[in-house]
Amino acid sequence: MPEISYREAVSSALREALNDDLRVFLVGEDIGPYGGAYAVTKGFTEEFGPDRIKDSPLSESAFVGAGVGAAMGGLRPIVELMTINFSMLAMDQIINHAAKVRYMSGGQLSAPMIIRTVTGGGAQVAATHSQNFEGWFATVPGMKVVVPSTPYDVLGLFRSCREEADPVMFVEHILLYSSRGEVPEGTYKVPLGESDVKRKGSHLTIVSYSRMVLLALDAARKLSQEGIEVEVIDLRCLRPLDMEPVLESVRKTHRALIVEEVWKTGGFGAEVAAQIQEHAFDYLDGPVARVAGAEVPMPYSRPLERAAIPDSDVIAHAVKSSIMG
Amino acid sequence: MVKVPMTAKETLEAPQLLELYRQMMLIRVFEEECARQYMQGNIHGFLHLYIGEEAIAVGSISTLRDQDYVVTHYRDHGHALAKGIDSKSAMAELFGKATGCSRGKGGSMHLFDTSKNFMGGYAIVAGQMPVAAGLALAAKSKGEDRLVICYLGDGALNEGEFHESMNLASIWKLPVIYFCENNLYGMGAPVWDTLALADNIYKLAESYNMPGMRLNGMDVLEVREVTQEASEHVRSGKGPIFLEAQTYRFRGHSIADPAEYRHGIEVEDWLEKDPIVTFKRKLLDEGRASEQELSDIDGAVMKEIEEAAKFADDSPFPEIDTLFEDVYADQPVPSNSGRLTE
Repeated sequence: MPEISYREAVSSALREALNDDLRVFLVGEDIGPYGGAYAVTKGFTEEFGPDRIKDSPLSESAFVGAGVGAAMGGLRPIVELMTINFSMLAMDQIINHAAKVRYMSGGQLSAPMIIRTVTGGGAQVAATHSQNFEGWFATVPGMKVVVPSTPYDVLGLFRSCREEADPVMFVEHILLYSSRGEVPEGTYKVPLGESDVKRKGSHLTIVSYSRMVLLALDAARKLSQEGIEVEVIDLRCLRPLDMEPVLESVRKTHRALIVEEVWKTGGFGAEVAAQIQEHAFDYLDGPVARVAGAEVPMPYSRPLERAAIPDSDVIAHAVKSSIMG
Repeated sequence: MVKVPMTAKETLEAPQLLELYRQMMLIRVFEEECARQYMQGNIHGFLHLYIGEEAIAVGSISTLRDQDYVVTHYRDHGHALAKGIDSKSAMAELFGKATGCSRGKGGSMHLFDTSKNFMGGYAIVAGQMPVAAGLALAAKSKGEDRLVICYLGDGALNEGEFHESMNLASIWKLPVIYFCENNLYGMGAPVWDTLALADNIYKLAESYNMPGMRLNGMDVLEVREVTQEASEHVRSGKGPIFLEAQTYRFRGHSIADPAEYRHGIEVEDWLEKDPIVTFKRKLLDEGRASEQELSDIDGAVMKEIEEAAKFADDSPFPEIDTLFEDVYADQPVPSNSGRLTE
């Protein structure tokens, strides 16, 4: 199987969408001749023309909202929010309009659009540019939220997003663009709402999503050398959320650790922990543990930033603490 | 670019004039019935009445074609009725009934009827403006022969979404009319205390390299003429246009607002300009209609609204099973549904 980067996976998913469906257009800031802040749409303007690769003014609310209206009007917009930090400037359109119009109209209208955006810290861009808000959107009925961790999942999930009749947030991670992974030929799909067991194990279940899945897998490899076998489950979607593989795993391992990059207070992991105790309480040999980001605005300085984001050592330590009690 | 319209009077035949009168009366009587039903406990939540502003919805929408999209704000009953939403399904929506135009999910502020290309009332101030730009973008991209008319209040002018949408519509030359209904108050805040350009709102358009026009929102014929002119501009592919209609709501911001912040003299002055009373006087003075014709219309309208209220009252509430319908196309009831009766 060919190996490609996460960035190449996003690019080819977009290219496919543009080639397959004339209703599809891209809109966002500097996605045209500039090529996108993360070089995902490099060369797209030459290939598809400025009418389908629409550079927008710095007006997040207007171009996300225009995506909502265009979707209502029969197009299939793919909107790029340069980072999830800027989603706050478009919150009204995402929450009050995209996610609500089907319900408020009694099913007469809908906003089938994909909002691509970039989450995460670790690039030393400090407090306003290093946040993880994907969990917010997953609390909203009417939205779907996809958080791929590998090139394989990027391509497979994106193809499924295109078939959705409702708005989807497709959340890429800033540090994953250069990561690589195998991707089969052909147009396979990964359905929304199917968590994925990324590694088998029997001693403890790690539940994670986005970049933290890779760090959890790192930790699991280290722990394996010490005789600890960890199962790693990648949620892949926060909404719809597929808890079945998580519960099945916890019934087997009797221990759960949730790993995420966002602040622990009210993080998405809190929802996962609550559901584990709701549905698998009797199987647990100990409390559901959590590893999450430090509760601080992200600092700039490298050692401080590193201390604020979980790494594989922190995860491995948490696994051991959980198992040792 | 900015101008106040010429007054080249169009000549309408008597049936057209009577139809304008009928539509304005329909909205007036509908709204009065809403107020009554609210007091009787049949309508709940927010209720923003359009009384006093009828000439704008009727004058402007009467110039549109069926395929044109209407997008509006939460004071949306007038636009909905003018675009042809059945008064029965509108009233049933306000009653929260299953037969309502939004199946009882939307209520007063969120009327929808896509069969009439009435694309919705939106309740976040200025939130409808980007959506309207998107509908216009879709129409333009697909080569459809239609425009979008998007109503906003004077309060919306101070929202960021106003600026963002006006600019976006202008640079992308979108076929949209942004139509500001300046009724002088954003809730209780007077426009002259909240907007730097309060006396010349239509000139805001200049900043976006867009034509702007001001008109008398109490005169249904002037509204028609100016909208017609604006439509021609938009349909010719020249991009968006901005209109400011000066008007007044005769009631408070919502049914719960006694509007004590407005002076009696100001209110009386505007009541003198009642768009229905003045139009009626004009029709009679100019011999375009008889007392009998107009009172026949009044009677028919009152009968229609009486029937609408009866229909709404007689209709069933939505089945509780419909609670989870229309959240998503595939309507999964999530395991974590949060339904209290589980």
